[in-house]
Amino acid sequence: MKLTTYRPFAPEVWSPLERLNSLKDLFDSAFALATQLPGWQGAVWAPPLDVYETENSVIVELELAGMKKEDFDISLENDVLTISGQRTVSKEREGESLRGERFFGSFRRSFTLPVPVQADGVKATYQDGVLRVELPKAEEAKPRKIAITQG
Amino acid sequence: MSTQISPANQNQPATAATPRQLHYTAPAIQLLQDAEGYLLEVELPGVPSKNVELTVADGQLTILAHRPEPSGGPKVVRHWVQERSAGNFKRVFDLDPSIDPASVTAEMHDGLLTIKLRKAAAHQPRRISVTSGS
Repeated sequence: MKLTTYRPFAPEVWSPLERLNSLKDLFDSAFALATQLPGWQGAVWAPPLDVYETENSVIVELELAGMKKEDFDISLENDVLTISGQRTVSKEREGESLRGERFFGSFRRSFTLPVPVQADGVKATYQDGVLRVELPKAEEAKPRKIAITQG
Repeated sequence: MSTQISPANQNQPATAATPRQLHYTAPAIQLLQDAEGYLLEVELPGVPSKNVELTVADGQLTILAHRPEPSGGPKVVRHWVQERSAGNFKRVFDLDPSIDPASVTAEMHDGLLTIKLRKAAAHQPRRISVTSGS
């Protein structure tokens, strides 16, 4: 037990701004909890994603401007593709920020692939601010033409 | 504080040049200021640099861009997630009178448009050396 002087009217108890701070803490803790949910795993934001299928492959596109290739981390575990990384503020930028609408920090997107893919044939490119991951379908997932033989 | 470089009225009345049916979204920006001028970053992922139009006129900087239809083509068998979209981007900034319109330069790398706006020489800080009187 802590021994402190009992001061019911001390400014830190009655200051309305203090009360606001505790409200802020409450919100912060709620959001901190939200980012710990499975899927987020500490990520701060989630850039827009497209997933589509062509005849021979599954293509995933992530929209994210101003990144370096090495800042992306792409992993395939069983049938879950995860793209994560960090967008950092460029070091040569200096000066006072007047307006900031861009997101920085860690991001993460996870996606369960709809069809089995060949893990060793995955290719990724980054161009014009779009990361494109092409995953070739496994042979058994590709459409097969069945020839009709004459009886 | 003067108007600096700030977002101008985005909802200008439709004219012949901007027909009403064209819908524009404002791209995310980051604006920094230092002694020599301003640095403006505009996020335009998926926009090739040839689709970006930048104009400086009447004390305003106008950014226009068009993003083509993403992940398309007749080869698509099925879409699973579709969060990206095509569209037109527009953003207008009022330029502070201290900015030299001729100094505006722009570069585009990996979907990020970086615009540099320098203050005219008269508005740049100048260091004056103090000489000792004799």
